[in-house]
Amino acid sequence: MSVAPTKMFGAAIKRREDPQLITGQGNYLDDIKLPGMVHAAVLRSPYGHAKILKIDTSRAQAAPGVVAVFTGADMMDINPLPCAWTAASGRVQNNINTPRALAVDVVRFVGDPVALVLAEDRYTARDALELIDVEYEPLDVVVDGRKAVEPGAPQLHENAPNNIVFEWDCGDKAKTDAAFAAAEVAVKEEIINQRLLPTPMETRGSIARYEPSTQEFTVWMTSQAPHVMRLLLTAFVFGIPESKLRCISPHVGGGFGQKIFCYNDMAFTMWAARKIGRPVKFVEDRSENFKYSTHGRDHITVAEICGTRDGKITGLRADTIANLGAYISTIAPGIPTTLYGRILSGVYKIPAAYCRVRGVYTNTAMVDAYRGAGRPEASYLIERMIDRFAAEIGMDPAEVRRKNFIQPEDFPYDNGLGLLPYDSGNYEPALDKALATIGYKDFRKEQEEARKQGRYLGVGISSYVEICGVAPSAWIGLPGEGWGAGLWESANVRVHLTGQVVVTTGSLPHGQGLETTFAQLVADELGVPYENVLVEHSDTAGTPFGYGTYGSRSAAVGGTAIHKSVTKIKEKAKKLAAHMLEANPDDMVYEDGKVYVKGSPDRSKTLAEIALQASVAYSLPEGMEPFLDETTYYDPPNCTFPFGTHIAIVEVDIETGRVDLLRYVAVDDCGPQINPLIVQGQIHGGITQGVAQALYEQAVYDENGQLLSGTLMDYAVPTAAQVPHYELDHTVTPSPVNPMGVKGAGEAGTIGSAQAVMNAIIDALSPFGVKHMQMPATPERVWRAIHSSNNHN
Amino acid sequence: MIPSAFEYYAANSVDEALKLLAEHGDEAKILAGGHSLLPAMKLRLAAPTVLIDINPIAELRSINVGDKVTIGAMTTYASLLNSAELKAALPVIAEAVDQIGDPQVRNRGTIGGALAHADPAADLPAVILALGGTLTAQGPEGTREISIDDFFVDMLTTSLEPNELLTTITLPKMGAGEGASYVKMVQPASGYAIVGAAAWVKLNADGTVAAARVAITGAGPKPTRLEEVENALVGGASSEEAVTAASEAVSDELELLGDIHASEDYRRAMVKVYTRRAILKAIKAAS
Amino acid sequence: MTKITVKVNGKEYTSEVEGRTLLVHFLRDQLGLTGTHIGCDTSQCGACVVVMNGDSVKSCTVLAVQANGAEIKTVEGLAEDGKLHPLQEGFWERHGLQCGFCTPGMLMSAYDLLQKNPNPSEEEIRHGLEGNLCRCTGYENIVRAVQYAAAKMRNEEPAPIGAKEQVVESVGS
Repeated sequence: MSVAPTKMFGAAIKRREDPQLITGQGNYLDDIKLPGMVHAAVLRSPYGHAKILKIDTSRAQAAPGVVAVFTGADMMDINPLPCAWTAASGRVQNNINTPRALAVDVVRFVGDPVALVLAEDRYTARDALELIDVEYEPLDVVVDGRKAVEPGAPQLHENAPNNIVFEWDCGDKAKTDAAFAAAEVAVKEEIINQRLLPTPMETRGSIARYEPSTQEFTVWMTSQAPHVMRLLLTAFVFGIPESKLRCISPHVGGGFGQKIFCYNDMAFTMWAARKIGRPVKFVEDRSENFKYSTHGRDHITVAEICGTRDGKITGLRADTIANLGAYISTIAPGIPTTLYGRILSGVYKIPAAYCRVRGVYTNTAMVDAYRGAGRPEASYLIERMIDRFAAEIGMDPAEVRRKNFIQPEDFPYDNGLGLLPYDSGNYEPALDKALATIGYKDFRKEQEEARKQGRYLGVGISSYVEICGVAPSAWIGLPGEGWGAGLWESANVRVHLTGQVVVTTGSLPHGQGLETTFAQLVADELGVPYENVLVEHSDTAGTPFGYGTYGSRSAAVGGTAIHKSVTKIKEKAKKLAAHMLEANPDDMVYEDGKVYVKGSPDRSKTLAEIALQASVAYSLPEGMEPFLDETTYYDPPNCTFPFGTHIAIVEVDIETGRVDLLRYVAVDDCGPQINPLIVQGQIHGGITQGVAQALYEQAVYDENGQLLSGTLMDYAVPTAAQVPHYELDHTVTPSPVNPMGVKGAGEAGTIGSAQAVMNAIIDALSPFGVKHMQMPATPERVWRAIHSSNNHN
Repeated sequence: MIPSAFEYYAANSVDEALKLLAEHGDEAKILAGGHSLLPAMKLRLAAPTVLIDINPIAELRSINVGDKVTIGAMTTYASLLNSAELKAALPVIAEAVDQIGDPQVRNRGTIGGALAHADPAADLPAVILALGGTLTAQGPEGTREISIDDFFVDMLTTSLEPNELLTTITLPKMGAGEGASYVKMVQPASGYAIVGAAAWVKLNADGTVAAARVAITGAGPKPTRLEEVENALVGGASSEEAVTAASEAVSDELELLGDIHASEDYRRAMVKVYTRRAILKAIKAAS
Repeated sequence: MTKITVKVNGKEYTSEVEGRTLLVHFLRDQLGLTGTHIGCDTSQCGACVVVMNGDSVKSCTVLAVQANGAEIKTVEGLAEDGKLHPLQEGFWERHGLQCGFCTPGMLMSAYDLLQKNPNPSEEEIRHGLEGNLCRCTGYENIVRAVQYAAAKMRNEEPAPIGAKEQVVESVGS
């Protein structure tokens, strides 16, 4: 796999998106003001589980400035929100319950929406919530996934006995059981991947406008996937023609998965705008975002690993309860199954592996994809268990990794867990580079010296692999995986008669800088100035249907779709140039924005000349359509599998349990980097979210279902002072899946990081006999681990 | 995000503020820096119907260093942090203030607000307790002085009368052989103290402890002096061993609280650790 | 309703506001200056930071009435005469933003920091930006952006970014 080095592909250029954003000229959802627009506020359940006996909205209706008040009963003419991924393999149970725009009869978590107020301004709307009287009959509450499946637990939905959404498995159970039975060494651990709040800095919201004369809706939404929302809202929720809805994502202030999904406010703003004949805006407060918008992770797993005394892993077994919340969000079942169980063995050649997952309902907010989505949970589990195994047999954790790595010659590699084969990989160089950068051998000496002085240092390694650009549709769509659609991506490339190139894509950026990277790759491939390439996106009017941006798919899938359209443009340009030059089409060469006759570079036409000719169209080859305009719907043959090794060094204050993250080294391989500056930015941010999971963040519900970490006063998104400087490096192993060899970088940082930090903490505490600890490693948790160990004096 | 409606009054003098307080009684809340009150109002955890804004009162913004240090109640954290004179007279104030919130909180938040609000996890209350400050309150009947030891009554409750305004904080300067310090375990989300400990010590020429005041915040319902620890220190050596032993004297009766960030047990253990660290740092500053 | 007069980015505005109107809502909804953002309801995130009378403040935790007579600088007023402020330049050059939502507040906090400390260390920058959350960048490039701006404002050449980061990767292997 080789692509010629070029001037824009691979260049660390600054982003074209930025001038608007650094001058305050961005256009985020809440910046949009439409004539006649009313403001929506939502009354939410204060109970974790309750029957709604009565809702009296009369006082609110009568308040000055209030335009209307609605409840769930008013909106029964629209359907519940759809679920698009039902985890359809294994022992399936069909008991998906999705939320309605507003709750009807029963509320199932604190924050469940009960009534909608529309008012002339946001202050009046908020005030009117206090004028709505609701009578509830509280019901028993369960928030813990383990407790939810116990006999006698409160039941959330009639069609889901024992609160089980699905029971799913992958791998070879009999073979794995046999491996454990025959193993020299086996270790078992309960591994909890705590619930997290994705916390994009911009909360979510929707603005809906309805045009009665054409019966058309326009919805501005904080969405990572406006085309998918258009489909779901029209075909599933409203039962109207798809053509009657236009969805627009304006500037989106971060997504991290939370903004992929179909949310109730999209539905109720549309419903209400049609009802009252005025545009309706809803924007969440941060505390509403925490209560209602989707959460991430929340797995409880019994994990087991076995192997030989000389460090060969022979088996891996996991039994996971995935807490999915009170209802099922848009793609929730796919996360703890396809994106988790199927990659559980990570970068290792493990001959026998098996994973069972039960998705469960609890009286908590919905859980769905959050940066990494299933892969951080998998990577955390295997990397923790590798360290646990290494400690058990007394072998250096770096050596255990090295000994079990899938080797370069093993690719394409089938891990036996029902995934498509890993595309390419070379894991040892990334490990070696990371070990060298951190100075691993010297560190072990330093660690020993420090311990003599009562200082506890630790080093933690994480070698990860992940899945990007999930595809092809034939695998993910049918049958078995349960994603109810394909996962291809679209791109249209047009060369206007002036030579300007316009790219429209179904991918859309919300911080990833896709306008820049896509323009870079088009500029190179077409040989036109970067400035002449315009990238359009995020509006269902004017862009071809696309699945959106998530799962680190935009470069590998969206970028490839663009690449393919550009290739088609070049082919057409060659044919037309041959016609213009009266040459043989087979003799034409496309280079640097020109087409010339092989061997006679002087006989050439520029792309602009060809585009003009294609556009005025008075002399085209027989049968050729006017205009250089090509569309591609690209469905990749496989996913891509980026990988890397992250290493953290920590110091633990054993008196208080406080952890200091001293150094962090990351060596990532996402294939060739289109724009290294942007890739590094993605890695930095990704690492920070993993570090935050290891050290700070956790969503906590009390037993009544109250979210105790309900504001940023109690949910610790780290500040600049709470994270270290990151030392980055990379290796380059191109993917054979797409012509550019690119893999994806958006989630790798998060997938690789939490376990590096946790492994380092546990390494630091090894003198105390600490073998495992749950995240986040708060000072108290670390302190307790030290004090509950046998070796503490 | 949106507070309930209230009537807003800007007071331009202490007298005007007192008049407004008298007029509106229990309905009214004083608005100082606002960084505790306004967030609570935005979440509708507080809904006063009258706000009396004392930010315009220039006379309450002052730092005077003479025989004693007198600080106006509306002096911002940033002003405390940036006063070279104050830093020379009482370096512990800057040490503590630099650990409060963030730059924007320090630009708006005030020393008087921190004390009068009596947030159980605020930093300065412990420091003022350790320094043995005297507070001046003004009410309809004139002014009165309140020892900081008598000021904190319970969570979010002080001995200020509803019709009184805290006007000044008076602190003794650091004398020869004296040192003070504030250390804290920070709650990672809010920046408040999970446990904060402030210590002031006076050493004899032979290095023994002549006097000590130690106070904690964050761990319990209100900022509190640790008199058992002080008693164990005084007369003893200023060695690490002696300080460690004295820090263990924290009473088991001391009322502490647990929350999602730290349990009561853990806070009890950390009170001892941070108390020791604060005292040792204060001793270092003193010698 | 109270009548207030506020000078924002050099321009004077007189307006009627409710006592409870937050400064951030006044700027965004009444003056249409939507560069200042709202990211939380408890004064943690700093997306709403503006400079008021020379000091950075969280405009979600200041009442509009309290800004009566004040001079306010928002992100819209940072560039002068069509020339980007060195901080804006730094954020662009060093990829100090991704989604851009925290950026206006981050810029205004950094502006305050550099007014008061023209040559901050990395630690001082991180401490000085403690009132601003960013979920995208991990702060690494924000620190570099502020270092870039600080150098520019001292009329020095900004230090190049690390050698490894500068490498333009030759593709394929």
